[in-house]
Amino acid sequence: MTKRKVSGSQAVILSLLEEGVDTIFGYPGGAIMPIYDALYDYDRNVKHILTRHEQGAVHAAEGYARITGKAGVCFATSGPGATNLITGIADAMIDSTPLVCITGQVASPLLGTDAFQESDVLGISMPITKWSFQVTSPEEIPGAIAQAFYVAQSGRPGPVLLDITKDAQFGELEFEYKKCRKIRSYVPEPQIDPFKIKEAAEIIDAAKKPLLLFGQGVLIARAEEELKAFVEKTGIPAAWTLLGLSALPTDHPLNVGMLGMHGNYGPNLLTNEADVIIGVGMRFDDRVTGKVSAYAPNAKIIHLEVDPAEINKIKVADVPVLGNAKKTLKMLTDNVEPNRHDEWVNRFRECYQIEDEKIIKKDLFPEKPGLTMGEVIRVAGDKTNHEAILVTDVGQHQMIASRYFKFRHPRSNVTSGGLGTMGFGLPASIGAQLGAPGRTVVAVIGDGGFQMTLQELGTIAQNKLPVKIIVLNNNFLGMVRQWQQLFFEKRYSFTELQNPDFITIGKGFGIDGHKVEAREDLEKSIQQMIDHNGPYLLEVVIEKEDNVFPMVPTGASVSEVMLEP
Amino acid sequence: MKKEHIITVYSENHIGLLTRITIVFTRRKVNIESLTVSESAIQGVFKFTIVVKSTKEQVVKIVRQIEKQIDVLKAFYHTNEEMIYQEIALYKVPTEAVYEDDTIEKVVRNSGARILEITRDYIVIEKTGHKEETQALFEELNKFKVMQFIRSGRVAITRDPIERLSEFLKERDALLESMD
Repeated sequence: MTKRKVSGSQAVILSLLEEGVDTIFGYPGGAIMPIYDALYDYDRNVKHILTRHEQGAVHAAEGYARITGKAGVCFATSGPGATNLITGIADAMIDSTPLVCITGQVASPLLGTDAFQESDVLGISMPITKWSFQVTSPEEIPGAIAQAFYVAQSGRPGPVLLDITKDAQFGELEFEYKKCRKIRSYVPEPQIDPFKIKEAAEIIDAAKKPLLLFGQGVLIARAEEELKAFVEKTGIPAAWTLLGLSALPTDHPLNVGMLGMHGNYGPNLLTNEADVIIGVGMRFDDRVTGKVSAYAPNAKIIHLEVDPAEINKIKVADVPVLGNAKKTLKMLTDNVEPNRHDEWVNRFRECYQIEDEKIIKKDLFPEKPGLTMGEVIRVAGDKTNHEAILVTDVGQHQMIASRYFKFRHPRSNVTSGGLGTMGFGLPASIGAQLGAPGRTVVAVIGDGGFQMTLQELGTIAQNKLPVKIIVLNNNFLGMVRQWQQLFFEKRYSFTELQNPDFITIGKGFGIDGHKVEAREDLEKSIQQMIDHNGPYLLEVVIEKEDNVFPMVPTGASVSEVMLEP
Repeated sequence: MKKEHIITVYSENHIGLLTRITIVFTRRKVNIESLTVSESAIQGVFKFTIVVKSTKEQVVKIVRQIEKQIDVLKAFYHTNEEMIYQEIALYKVPTEAVYEDDTIEKVVRNSGARILEITRDYIVIEKTGHKEETQALFEELNKFKVMQFIRSGRVAITRDPIERLSEFLKERDALLESMD
């Protein structure tokens, strides 16, 4: 590539193009104006989505990243623009989502002077970024962007922030782009130790009651086929974390359901009976383990993980298997004997029957008059043939949607897991739709979370994104209310909402919609939503005080999973 | 059981890395007892020597989190027994006290300290040693009213015969080669 003289801001755009960026989410402002000015000349090469708030931009970038596996890119100006990204960056950090966030910064002579719209975004973002860097001279731009993409996307992915001063954007440089392929101080994927594979295989072959737990690591490594091959060869039942959802088809006979606080009965209860636990690309989060000291006491732990810091962080691994899950799962499959665990798998089926009788039937096919979240999700899943992308916000609807939507294809679920960020859903659906333009995107959001970022309806309308938005409205912050009911003697402290007319609001943004209040109206309304050309807002008024069960109360062991209050 | 550990971090020389490293401690509410940062024997590679009181389990986790920082090359942890370490202390005492009494001179001789500077008003004494030793000297000298006192962070080297960093860098270079 021949060198040519360009401005720093042009170099930013050219570098992004070199990295294959096709979509940028952002919001302009003083300190990033030179970059926006350069972007003006490249509108044919790259799509810029103007959100209505920087938080919308960063969540949209997360949605895009989770669906495509590529880094989501967002732009924001200095000061408040940059600080508005923080929630999304924290969310991306804890959920291993690759992001490249580019913020404008005041000119370098003004750094540290409390200049207009100056904030120490590098300092603020350090605990929640995989890497961050401040660019103060134009020559640094191509190298910094190359390293940003390499760090964000490799190994365990994560968010990167580049803070570029205004003078670096205005300055000139001889532009030449080289992709970053290695950094001396960074090993994205640890080398695989074949002895650990052998050791793990021996334990797996000898196991009587093995249980596999898969997380997002499987999706990040694109190891879905390897996971399937492993469980099919060994006959080991497999359960998923919230972010592992969709890595194995829901109807796979060895998929025994969801782990954790509102996961399925069997995977929780039987964890403590298992003699071997194989964690794949998951991090034994407290929502999965419940009380750690009472978690899987009888099991040998085999932990397949790319990040060495996760080994023994929560649960001591008898056999840690470091490396890329696509490779380690393949090696493990090659080293284990074919096996079946029919009796053991049947135990999960029995548990499912119990759960079905006590909970699932009532959730999905309720007989009482009020609509349930479960039946809405069931219909939405069926009507989209379980091939849609599900985007959820945070709360009761998130748990219900994750439990009941059902998936055939990987990379079909976008949610805020680790951080539990209310307001994530609507903007994330923008990114998911742009990342998979050919797929149906269904965003399921509670009435609380919807109001945290509903200004992004404007972004959806302006860009004609055909997102299907279902607002499950119970006029409550439902999950908090559930906890208040169960653990705070029904003292409903500030959880009831007086909501606006969502359909009118949608119409105000130019988005068609419909409000469902009766069961007879549900199926045809969801069909109408799916058939609608363009975005659609479906509000469903649901039972006010419904609870999500099963539930592992905080501080309880997974084997104390409750089927009812 | 909490005990003193020495965490040694080798890193690239990049702005902000110190904050990234201290955040790992702050987030877990582990207090840093002392911290020394300077260039190592290998040009461009910086060495942090951090002393903390914590359990081994916690220290292991902290070291892993530090190693995860992009610009960190390698981090090690040791107990005090596994390392040879020193701190340096400077004491400023009034010159008058030396004229009036020969105790200070004896104290200096016996403790292996040395005198760096003498002026009409004060004498600056230097001692290297473990904290207990520099503290003991402080107690002695303070009988004559120490005017100023400062103790450095710890510097430490392992009892291993090999320089672990150069071994490590060789392995890392080989690994990076293999990634091509």
